[in-house]
Amino acid sequence: MKAITGNRLSDGAVVYLRDDDQWATQRGEAARFDDDDVAPVLRAAQLRVREITDAYIIDITADGAPSGRAIIRETIRGAGPTVRGDLGLQAECCA
Amino acid sequence: MYRYDEFDATLVGERVAQFRGQVERRLSGALSEEQFKPLRLMNGLYLQLHAYMLRVAVPYGTLSSRQMRKLAYVARKYDKGYGHFTTRQNIQYNWPALVDVPDILDDLAEVEMHAIQTSGNCIRNVTSDQYAGAAADEVEDPRIWCEVIRQWSTFHPEFTYLPRKFKIAVTASQNDRAAIRLHDIGLRIHKNDAGETGFEVIVGGGLGRTPYIGHTIREFLPKKHLLSYLEAVLRVYNLEGRRDNLYKARIKILVNAGGVEKFTDLVEAEWTAIRKSEIDLPTEEIERIRAYFTPPDFEDLPAESAVLEQKRKGEAAFARWLRVNTVAHKTPGYAIVNISLKPVGGIPGDISDVQMEAVADLAAQYSQDEIRATHEQNLVLPHVKKDDLYVVWQALTVQDLATPNIRLVSDIIACPGLDYCTLANTRSIPIAQRISERFSDLEQQEDIGELKIKISGCINACGHHHVGHIGILGVDKKGEEFYQITLGGSGAEDASLGEIVGRGLSSGDAVGAVEKLVHYYRNNRQDNERFIDTYRRLGADPFKEALYAAA
Repeated sequence: MKAITGNRLSDGAVVYLRDDDQWATQRGEAARFDDDDVAPVLRAAQLRVREITDAYIIDITADGAPSGRAIIRETIRGAGPTVRGDLGLQAECCA
Repeated sequence: MYRYDEFDATLVGERVAQFRGQVERRLSGALSEEQFKPLRLMNGLYLQLHAYMLRVAVPYGTLSSRQMRKLAYVARKYDKGYGHFTTRQNIQYNWPALVDVPDILDDLAEVEMHAIQTSGNCIRNVTSDQYAGAAADEVEDPRIWCEVIRQWSTFHPEFTYLPRKFKIAVTASQNDRAAIRLHDIGLRIHKNDAGETGFEVIVGGGLGRTPYIGHTIREFLPKKHLLSYLEAVLRVYNLEGRRDNLYKARIKILVNAGGVEKFTDLVEAEWTAIRKSEIDLPTEEIERIRAYFTPPDFEDLPAESAVLEQKRKGEAAFARWLRVNTVAHKTPGYAIVNISLKPVGGIPGDISDVQMEAVADLAAQYSQDEIRATHEQNLVLPHVKKDDLYVVWQALTVQDLATPNIRLVSDIIACPGLDYCTLANTRSIPIAQRISERFSDLEQQEDIGELKIKISGCINACGHHHVGHIGILGVDKKGEEFYQITLGGSGAEDASLGEIVGRGLSSGDAVGAVEKLVHYYRNNRQDNERFIDTYRRLGADPFKEALYAAA
């Protein structure tokens, strides 16, 4: 399956497109799309230039976890640097 | 040290105001990302994996305590309480918000700092020997010429859109601490047979996916002609360098594709045509700049310090730090202090706001207010009285800045890798951390001696893996991190490119591989051979065998 991600324009934070068309920082909240349906959603997202930048499609499993070739990159992007557990989303979840 | 004149202050002020407007227009949607990206890059602002990244220039690695305090302030106020010193003597912040960047740049401008020439296809911030002005082995202070280059290259209208980025490094020592043979242009100040000082001009070095050692295109360039000669090199490159292929756009490709002789001929022809114009600085202007670098008022001290000798005998840990982290100063009674940003298990080059302030305090009190950043991601207090070394060591120890490992196996260069970088294929930092933990025994490290490990998380080679005595390159294979080992590289005066020794290893095996290589070296070294010397004497085969032999 696919999801849409990008970086929030104002601060660069990693965000994911939700079902309600808002941006979430939790990958778990990302809307999941079938492979064939995602392209027009990305094109629409890319038009939202005042909200985000560098939007693109990622592979995810049915559970919402990253998959495919970019699995390490997307895992780190979603959580924060593996060498600084106190930074990024991984720090917020367990605070 | 360098100081702003009224031109610099005006330039930087105007640039920040411009960028503030550009950020506002980007946020309002008046500028698209496509339009905005080149503008933000011209101001050192990248977009990385988790956030924006701001790269701040530290011209030729020289900082005052006031500037270091401001860097700490920026880290605390706008970022997450730390900064990262890079292999180009710059500092990066990993978490600035776009909306804050104009304010950050205004704050930096208060202490004559900025992010100009830290990105884009321009002449980048010039780098130098971190011991400049202090080293016992230098011909003269190379920073005078770095400053000449800085003033010439900043916003140079002809060279703002080069085919690709362009990096210049300058040293004035036979012992190359600035990696001059790996730069687009490397300059080495030396004396000719007549006793005059001038530049050896080296062109076309570089790392990345196509690494080259630079070629000397002029053995001796009289100093007064520096700028006209640099201008000739840049003009040839600007005209002839490839713009059709990003991977073939650096000057190293131009120099090596057509041959160094042809390139040299083009430069000499261009130089002949322009050398009589008014590009070269008048003597009085050079002298004005030289005055910026008037050596501090060193005290007249005995060469040896009785206080120091007493402490050295009494404390083994201090004695070790002295042996490993301090270097001879040109002035009797003084020493150069290296501050390690590589604690065991730490992130190479990272420094907290509190540590920055501690370094600033030490510089103000004990090092003539001077700090240097090194291309090996450490810091330096260049002018410390031997009488003060013990106190400085104690203060550094409290801040975890006194790990005695300079040039040793745990003094590792590592790029940010996939923990931060959007270009990376694999992580680099965890490998550096595991290696430094594996070799945490200080006595063992000192016994192993000089061993330069350099780690890159992709082929762009920001971690200089090609020139590591042991180089480690991360490669992604179908979503798994593997690490390719290279051996025999050097970024110093004996520059050489490492050789790939075999198949990639898992991250765990890569750390073990370093251990095997070190073990083989220790069993086979002769006399005072360094790792690299033994490797060069014996060749790659026995090391490969040691690495891949079944356990």
